[in-house]
Parts: sequence; structure tokens; C-alpha cells
Amino acid sequence: MLNISQLHKSYPIGDSSLHVLKGIDLSVEEGEMVAIMGSSGSGKSTLLNIIGMLDEADEGDYVLDGLPIKDLTEKKAAVYRNKFLGFIFQSFNLINYKNALENVALPLYYQGMKRKQRQELAMFHLEKVGLADWAEHLPKELSGGQNQRVAIARALAANPKLLLADEPTGALDTKTSHEIMAFIQQLNDEGKTILMVTHEEDIANMCKRIVRLRDGVIMEDKKVEQVRAEQYV
Amino acid sequence: MFDIDLWREIFQSINKNRTRSLLSGFTVAFAILLFTILFGIANGLKNTFAEAFVDDANNSIFIRSGRTTKAHKGLQAGRRIQFKNEDFDYVKDDFGNKVEFITARIYKNVQASFRNEQNSYRLRAVHPDHQYLEKTNIKEGRYINQNDLQNRTKVVIIGRLVEEDLFLKTAALGKYINLNGIQYKVVGVFTDDGGDNEERLIYIPITTAQHLYGNNDYIDQINLTYNPEMDYDQALAFSSLLTKKMKDRFSVARNDQRAIRVRNMAEGTKAVGQMTGGLTVIILVIGFGTLIAGIVGISNIMIFIVKERTKEIGIRKALGASPRSIVSIILIESILITAIAGYVGLLIGVGVLEIVAPYLEEYFIKEPGVSNSLVIGATLTLITAGAIAGYLPAKKASRIKPIVALRND
Repeated sequence: MLNISQLHKSYPIGDSSLHVLKGIDLSVEEGEMVAIMGSSGSGKSTLLNIIGMLDEADEGDYVLDGLPIKDLTEKKAAVYRNKFLGFIFQSFNLINYKNALENVALPLYYQGMKRKQRQELAMFHLEKVGLADWAEHLPKELSGGQNQRVAIARALAANPKLLLADEPTGALDTKTSHEIMAFIQQLNDEGKTILMVTHEEDIANMCKRIVRLRDGVIMEDKKVEQVRAEQYV
Repeated sequence: MFDIDLWREIFQSINKNRTRSLLSGFTVAFAILLFTILFGIANGLKNTFAEAFVDDANNSIFIRSGRTTKAHKGLQAGRRIQFKNEDFDYVKDDFGNKVEFITARIYKNVQASFRNEQNSYRLRAVHPDHQYLEKTNIKEGRYINQNDLQNRTKVVIIGRLVEEDLFLKTAALGKYINLNGIQYKVVGVFTDDGGDNEERLIYIPITTAQHLYGNNDYIDQINLTYNPEMDYDQALAFSSLLTKKMKDRFSVARNDQRAIRVRNMAEGTKAVGQMTGGLTVIILVIGFGTLIAGIVGISNIMIFIVKERTKEIGIRKALGASPRSIVSIILIESILITAIAGYVGLLIGVGVLEIVAPYLEEYFIKEPGVSNSLVIGATLTLITAGAIAGYLPAKKASRIKPIVALRND
């Protein structure tokens, strides 16, 4: 599903440069649910951004579902992101002047889907996250947990191969975090491959595999016994 | 290709960000409004200047006679020069191809009466061509014609104010008016843009006047317009040739300024032309300055808008928006706002001009207004400017890596 070998990335800081990723090797199979952990500055977000084609690696190979992701034009990267990836962000990143339904329908708009069809599909996904009644509401009229569920619906809308979550529970309280995690686990149960960055142990333990990063290298990569989130809800 | 979804996106963005849209629209509308009003007022000034000189045809030449001031060819100074029909015919025949319209004039003062009303008026006995020279507008009836000349008919064409004075509220056409004891039929009533004095005149056929008042073939003055195809220099050459020929004809010294006077309106016309030309340049400079101010305003706001939307652009790109769709959504929004606001500014400007126009006339501003083509040109310029101003920031925004845009909290 996903193969990364000898990935390097550095950021220029003034005259010198900061070597953030120092040769990452990682492969993820279909249906996995992986947590990427590490303290801040360990390079975990950078790794996720490269996997999400939001950023480019300096060196190394990245193959997604058999497609080499390298030297993409802006246009091609946009198409790949739209087709293969769904993003869930810590700060939701919904468009504030669009209501829930329109936000969910946006990736479908960029696929060129007809309006009626994409609204139906967006409604289907909103129902799935339990927010059908809130379809006409703007993000500011929704709670944090509801907003994150809209964001998840949006990430699912284009039926991506891989779901990328960057601290999906970072802005939420514990109870809401567990609700969201339960939902993400359910998606994984249905077969979605999920990659998530987090720095919370209990959230990481709700995944099936934990990859620990420190100073740009993988320290540990182990499968764990998944803690189900439903029990806390 | 018309993409209804793209337009839906744009209208939603405009509608949901009303403050921003109003702000940018206001700048454009204000620039166009100022432009329209400035241009309109300047045009009004131009109209005033132009009108002061258009009462009579501006290619007119007047030939008048007086007394000689210099002895010449054995003739004494102080001799009176009198034009006759043969002089009129001479000018008409010898300069035929250079002359557009030509008429002679005899001046008289007459006591006119109709029933109990009477008043004294200036009378002009003329040829039919006089109508075009004086820019006389026939309100009712007709002007003097060739038939009147041949038959010395006793007909008159009276000014609008003569009709008002003598006929009170009744129509003068077809009635008989008494001039110094002779009855004339009123066959026409005219108006003239030259003011009240020009509308207190009475015109009669020149042959009738010569026959009835003196029974001679004297004329007081010859008026003509030169062929309008002649340029300024040709017109001046023509009038000086005319002067020379007329002086020779009456054995007047070439340097005698009084005996025969030829006045060419082209000289004045050229001065007015230069003045309005200068005014046009000033107007253009002011108008252009206003437009530039408007353009700078739009550029500023477009940069602000793109900066404000950086995060939204990042989100859209993460969801699969191509760089082109980012550029077009921002560009079309900016063009749309500019076009609508420009049109609103134009309407307000034209409206303001319409309302204030009557009050401005005493400040020498007559019929202020702007030509449609000019305003459309200005709006198109603004839209183009808005597009350029929007394109560079939009292009820059579309190049931003989504990761950078998303970090921008």
C-alpha cells in the first residue's frame, strides 16, 4: 500500500539547515491503523506531510499504491491528493463560510462531480458521521467534536485509499476525543488504511501499530493490542 | 466554457464575505464616480466655450464697407463705398467653388404693428442662403425662397419674440403684419440659439426691400461661408484674396483698413479650438489620475484579500484544487466585483450630473455629461487593472505549498 525508503528532509534555517528526517524506512499494508509518535521536533508531522503530498522529500523513495510519488507537478499532486488521500487536521480546517454539507462536498467538486450527485454523496457521508441534521450549519455553529466529524466526512467523501490524521484529537476534550477515535476505529474496521500523528499514549494505543520517531529516525516500530474506544464512550 | 459550479463558488464567496466585497467594490465605484463627475463637469465647460461661438456658422466671412481713409488713384479720402447687386454677383460668380452659402444684407429699423400691438424692430433683407449662415431654425412655416426674390413678394419671417410681442398668444403664421405702413404676410416664424436679440428680428426678401425702400440695388453687407473642405490656411488665403479683389474693384488703397473690411471667423474658431484642445488635455490628465488612484486601490485590496484567504486556499489545495482553479476563482471574483461596482459608480455619477446640471449653468458649465464610449472604456480599464492586480497575488497564492498555507493560523 505504502512504501517509504531512505527518506530525508531538511529545512533551511537562516544559513544552516535543520535535518528533520534522517533516512526513514516505513511500509504500511492495506487495512492497517498506524500511530506515528514522537516529541515535538521529532519529525512526525513532516513525515505525515510528505506522505500526504503536502510537502516534498529531499531524498528517498515514496511509493503509494504502486505509484512513485516524485517530482510531481502541482496539478498532478492535486489530482493524487484528491483521489488517494483524505486529510483530518487538528484544527479541522473547514472553510468557515461554507456549511457542513458544502464542506463535505468540496473534494467531490474538485473531482468534477455534478452538483446533485455530490450533494447526495456528501449527505450520505454526513449521515454516516451522524450529522445529517446539521448539514445546513456553518462550522462556527458546531462544537469541536461536530466539526471534526464534518472534517472526517469530508476526508471520506472522495473514498480515498489512505486516511491521514494530524493530531485529530488535539483540540478536543477527552470524552469527545474518545468519540472521534471510536469513529476512526470503526472506519478502520471497515477496511480503511489510517495513518495518524499523535503525542498522546492512550490515543496511540487505540491504533494497531505504533511507530516512534526521535530526532528524525525511527526508534521503535511495533504492533500493539488495540484498545477499543467504545468502552470509554 | 461556462462552469456553473465555478460561478456558484464565486457568488458564495462574494455573498459570504460581504464586508470584504463591499470594501473593494467601494474603491472601484468611488473611482468611477469621481471620474464621471470630473469628466462631466469638464465637458460642461467645453460645451459653454463651444456654444459661445456656434451661434453663427463658424466658417463665415463678412464683407462690410465704409468710407475711404486714404486717397488712391486720384480719388479723395472720405469717399463712401456702397455695395450693389453687381458686387454680390461678382463674389458669387468669381469665387463660386470656394463659397458654400452666400447672402447680401440690408439693415433697416421698422415700426411693426398687428392690430393694437406695435413695436420697433430691426429688419434684415436677405437672400435664402442667409438661413444657413445665421443658423436660423424655422419653427413654423418656411424661410425666404427663390420665388420671393423673383416676384419681390411681400412676405416676412419673424422671430419667436416678435410673434410673442405682437400676436400675443395667437399664431402669426398666415396673418398680415404692418411694417412702416406696408402690409406683409407672415410666412415663417423662427428661433435662434443666439439669444433674445436674435429672436427680435424680421427677415424679408432682399429684392422686396430694394424695391420698396429706395428703389435701388444697394446692399449693406455680403455674408458668405467658405467651402468647409478648406483648411484653416486655405480659408485665410481665400479671405485675403477676397479683400484684395474687392479693394481693387472699388479702387481702394490696399492698406486702407476702413473702406472695405473682411472678417473671417476662422481666426476665432481656431483660438476656440486650441482652448478646448487644452481643456481636453487637462481633463484627460485628471481623469487618468483618478483612474490610477482607483487601480492602486484595487491592487491593495486584492493583495489583502489573497493574504486573508491563504488558509482557505491551502485547504482547497489539500482537497485537490488545481492551481488553475485557485487562480480563476480569485480572478473572476475580483473582475466581477470591479465590473459591478464600476457600473454602480457610473450610474451614480451620471445621476449626480443629471441632478446638478441645472444649477451649474450659472457657473459656465452647460450640459455636463460623459460619452458612453468613454465611460465603458474607463470601466474596461478598471476591470483589466483589477484582473492584473488580482492575477499576480492569485498566482502567488496558487504556488503556495498547502502545508505552508495550512500552518498559517
